[in-house]
Amino acid sequence: MAINWFKYSAPSTFYGLAGKLIPFFAWPAAILFAIGLYIGFFVAPTDAVQSEAYRIIFIHVPASILSMFIYLIMAGYAALGLIFNTRLSSMMAQALAPTGALFAFISLWTGALWGKPMWGAWWVWDARLTSELILLFLYLGFIALQASIEDPRRADKAAALLAIVGSVNVPIIYFSVKWWNTLHQGATIKMSGTSMHVAMQQAMFMVLVACWLYAIAVALARVRSIILERERNTQWVSELPEVKYEDGGAK
Amino acid sequence: MTPRQKRLGFIVAGIVLVAAAVGLVLYALKNNVSLYFTPTQVFNKEAPHGRSFRIGGLVEEGSVKRENDGLTVHFNITDNDKIMPVVYKGILPDLFKEGKGVVAQGKLDESDVFRAEEVLAKHDENYMPPEAADALKKAEAAKAAANPVAK
Repeated sequence: MAINWFKYSAPSTFYGLAGKLIPFFAWPAAILFAIGLYIGFFVAPTDAVQSEAYRIIFIHVPASILSMFIYLIMAGYAALGLIFNTRLSSMMAQALAPTGALFAFISLWTGALWGKPMWGAWWVWDARLTSELILLFLYLGFIALQASIEDPRRADKAAALLAIVGSVNVPIIYFSVKWWNTLHQGATIKMSGTSMHVAMQQAMFMVLVACWLYAIAVALARVRSIILERERNTQWVSELPEVKYEDGGAK
Repeated sequence: MTPRQKRLGFIVAGIVLVAAAVGLVLYALKNNVSLYFTPTQVFNKEAPHGRSFRIGGLVEEGSVKRENDGLTVHFNITDNDKIMPVVYKGILPDLFKEGKGVVAQGKLDESDVFRAEEVLAKHDENYMPPEAADALKKAEAAKAAANPVAK
């Protein structure tokens, strides 16, 4: 039997699938957050240089990684929507943007909280910090552009162009600490391994996976709302049990 | 070519063009993007003159001296090649230590001493418990003792 790979690229079928998938991402995310943060805050050893203050790394680094990855995935979906005219891809891009913006904000915020006691400044205009700030603005610009155009298909196209052009910024963030002199230190997690104690690594890895699962769960929940909103005039939406219930049988 | 392939082509070409443009801009602005100058760059007159700039490097071992007012500090910033004397009046960040990274903002005075207005500590990307750090230090000391000529 041939598998129809495109079956779930139709919003009407994906709506149900997404609803079923959410708990499989949401629950592991909650559990991994709890375990990862517990290890990070109570089990991982104190750092030799920064003592307890370094522990914000367990939130700062996963949030930063996610803010960059989500942008690339969002731009990828946006490009798919632009090239193949698939409605669901554009909806996925739209669904990912707020989560990416949230992670970029958390990254900047925890970075400022970490920078003040360690560096002696909340903020410096070094290449890493500035390019991450630009990433946050790109997310906000994507959301704003998408929201400002009435026709969703045209909004998708305009926002997709912004997302694709903006993706040039992601490698700049990643390599900024290598290419230029920055106050921000170099990468702890490298291809050749990490320069970090094992318990610290485990905690960070767990929170990272938890952030991934959380991002997927939230994006799926959000894409369901977007599907309902955009397809509200279709037959299949009006036949959904939850929609009928919401109407209270008024029709 | 189908319209689909055309769109793909436009997008790929667009990304390549934008990346190339951004790359050239950043390359041209190389010195402006970097947060600080190294002591070597300052000695080669690459740093702006008579204007505030940042200098970065390591605090030279044994160079930190405090004046009697308890606030004014003298130290040297080095990149293991050139050495830049720095004067700073104010509170230093907790991580400021001899042999560790530092970034200072300020101006060069007439006698080529760097008058800092702000001093920031730069830490590295290594995280380990104090015992591991001690073990590393001991191992290094043992190595240095074993072959004193190597340095």
